[in-house]
Amino acid sequence: MDIKRVKDYIYWLYYQYLLITCSYVLEPWEQSMFHTITVTVVAMVVYTAYVFVPIHVRLALEFFSQIFGGQPESTVSIMN
Amino acid sequence: MEPSKQISLTGRRSQKRRLKSASDNYRGYMATDHNAGERGAESGKLRRWKLLRGRTLLWVHVVPIMLPTAVCNGHLHHHHQKQNNLLKSGICKKNGITKGMKKNGVSNGTLYKKTFIEHFEQAPMYVAVLTFLGFGVGTVFGYLRDFMRAWGLEKRNIATEREEQKDFVPLYQDFENFYTRNLYMRIRDNWNRPICSVPGPQFDLMERVTDDYNWTFRFTGRTIKNVINMGSYNYLGFAETDVNALKTVTIELQKYGTGVCSTRQEMGTLDKHVEIEKLVAKFLGVEDAMVFGMGFATNSMNIPALVGKGCLILSDELNHTSLVLGARLSGATIRIFKHNNMQSLENLLRDAIIYGQPRSHRAWRKIIILVEGIYSMEGSIVRLPEIVSLKKKYKAYLYLDEAHSIGAVGATGRGVVEYFGMSPDDVDVLMGTFTKSFGAAGGYLAGKKLVDFLRTHSHSAVYATSMCPAVAEQIIRAMKCLMGLDGTTQGLQRVRQLGRNTRYFRRRLHEMGFIIYGNDDSPVVPLLLYMPGKIGAFARRMLEKNIGVVVVGFPATPITESRARFCVSAAHTREMLDTVLNALDELGDFLRLKYSRYSKSSHPELYEETSHELED
Repeated sequence: MDIKRVKDYIYWLYYQYLLITCSYVLEPWEQSMFHTITVTVVAMVVYTAYVFVPIHVRLALEFFSQIFGGQPESTVSIMN
Repeated sequence: MEPSKQISLTGRRSQKRRLKSASDNYRGYMATDHNAGERGAESGKLRRWKLLRGRTLLWVHVVPIMLPTAVCNGHLHHHHQKQNNLLKSGICKKNGITKGMKKNGVSNGTLYKKTFIEHFEQAPMYVAVLTFLGFGVGTVFGYLRDFMRAWGLEKRNIATEREEQKDFVPLYQDFENFYTRNLYMRIRDNWNRPICSVPGPQFDLMERVTDDYNWTFRFTGRTIKNVINMGSYNYLGFAETDVNALKTVTIELQKYGTGVCSTRQEMGTLDKHVEIEKLVAKFLGVEDAMVFGMGFATNSMNIPALVGKGCLILSDELNHTSLVLGARLSGATIRIFKHNNMQSLENLLRDAIIYGQPRSHRAWRKIIILVEGIYSMEGSIVRLPEIVSLKKKYKAYLYLDEAHSIGAVGATGRGVVEYFGMSPDDVDVLMGTFTKSFGAAGGYLAGKKLVDFLRTHSHSAVYATSMCPAVAEQIIRAMKCLMGLDGTTQGLQRVRQLGRNTRYFRRRLHEMGFIIYGNDDSPVVPLLLYMPGKIGAFARRMLEKNIGVVVVGFPATPITESRARFCVSAAHTREMLDTVLNALDELGDFLRLKYSRYSKSSHPELYEETSHELED
C-alpha cells in the first residue's frame, strides 16, 4: 500500500513537471528530446555546484576573515 | 446640413453666440429633464435625431469643467456669476423644484445602491514566470517543427503558400498563424466537440479520437451521455425540448415556414416582427425596438449607421469583436479606455472636448461610448451609474451592449439597467442579443427616438434577411414567460434560481481557493489557469469526469491569462453544481490550480460552527 502511494506521488510530481514546462502537449519523441536536454542541463548544474561551490565559499570566507582579523596573527608570528 | 452662415465660434466675444447656438442645437433633446424631450410630434423624431448629429461645442473657458451641468428645458444657463451662488450651496433648480444636494461624503457613495464587488486578483509571481517558461518551450518546439516542415522532413498538414508564390509577401508567418499551427493544434480536441442533443444543462457528446495528434479526427461511434454542460450560454434555461413549452413555436413553424427570403424594407416585415418589436420595447421599458436576424450583425452593421466620419467612439478595452468591427467600419475615430476604468474614460472625454478633432481642432460631431453589460471573458459588470453621470456631464451618447446581461442580471431579468436601479431613458442605445438568455438567435436595438431612424438607415434593414418567424416565436414565448404574461411565475423563478446558482457557485469557488475574475453577481465565471500545459489537461480531465467545460486561451484572452469559463444556468440543479464543484476541488488539487492567496481555509465547515455561548 505504501509503495503504491509513493509511486502515485512520484507520478504526480512527474505530471506537475510536464504541466509546468508545457511538455504535456508535446508528442512523445519531442518529449524524449526535451527530457534529455533538461536532465543533461540539470546534471551539469549539479556537478558544477558540487565541485566548485565549496571551494568558492572557502575562498570567500578567507577573504573576509583577512579584512577583520588578519593583522594580529602575522605580527605575532614575526615577533617569535 | 448644419448652420448655413459662417459665424465665428471661437474667441471671447463669441461666448454668447456659442451658448446660443448650443441651445439652438440641443433644445428639446439635451435637456436633463426628459419632459422637455417629449414635446413635439411624431414627425419631429427624425428631425431630432438629425439634430443630434449637429455640432457639439468646445467649452474651453466658458464652463469650469468641475461643475455639473445645469441644462434645463433646453436653455443653457450662463455660467458666470449665477452658477457660484446656486451650486455652491448645493441646490439646483429644475422646473422650479429645488432639490437639495445630499452631502454624503464620497461622490460615488450615492451612485451605487448596492455594493459593487469585483475581483481581479493577480497570481503570485512564480506563476507568471512558469507561464512564460511554458510558452517558451512551446515556441522553441514550434520553430523546430516549422523548420522540419519547411525542409521536407515532415508532412505538411496545414495551409502554406504555393511554390510559385514563395517570393510574394508571406501569408502565414505572423504570430497568430504560428500559434495556431504549433500550439493550438496540439490541444485542439478540446474545442468544437460535436454534440448530439439540445445544449441544455446536460447534453450528449460524440466521442472522437485522433491518430495523428489532432490533425484529423474520427468518431468511434459511441456517444457520451449526460455530460454536465458548463459552457453553453443558457442562463435562463430556455434551451429545452419540452413539447408543451414549444407548442406555439411548432405552430408558427408550420404556418410560416423556416425562411423569410427577403429584407425588412422589401417584403420581409411580417406581423411576427411587429409583435416581437412591441414586446421587446415593453420588456425593456423603452419607446420602440428593432430586431435583426443575427446578433453579431446587429452591432457591426448598425454602428456605422449611427456614427460616421468626424465622430468619436470611446470603446472599452475588452469589447467584443462585433463592436470593434462596427466601430472600424463606421470610419469614426476610435479611442480606447482601460477596462471599466472611469478615470481613464473621463480623461479621454475631457481631452476630446478640449482638443476636438485631431488636426482641425473642430468640435467632434458626436461622442459615443461603447460598453457592454457583462463582459463575457472577465465576468465583470459595467459601472453604469458612473458612466451615465459622465455622459450627462460631457454630453456624450451611450451604447450599451447587453448581450450577456439581458435576462441574466436584474431583479426581473431586465439587464444591467435594472440591476443598478436606473431608468432605461439614461441609456441612448440599448442593444442586446437573444442568443444567450432566450434560447434563440438574433439581436435587437432599442431606444428613444432611435428606431425610426434605424428602420430607414440601417444596413441590416436594407440588405439582410429578416428574422425567421419561428425563431421570433421562441423569443416571444421566452419573453412572455419572463414577464409573467403567460400566467405563471416561471420566468421570475428562473431569474431567481439563476441568481442563487450564481452566488452559490462563486462563493464555493472562492472558498476553495481558485482565482475567479468578475463581479459577484455575474453568471459568467472565469477560472484562471495561466499555464498553457494546464489548458489541455484541465479540459480533458473534466470530460473524463463527464463535465463539459470551455477553456479559453490566446487570442481571446491575454496570452498569459488563459482560463476556463463556466456559464451558470438556471436549469442547473444544486446536485449538478455540487458534482461540478467536487470535481473542480479534486482537479484543483491534482493540477495545483488553487492560486488564490486570499481564500478562507479549504475546510469552510470548521468556520460555520461558531459557538455563541459565553464561557464563564
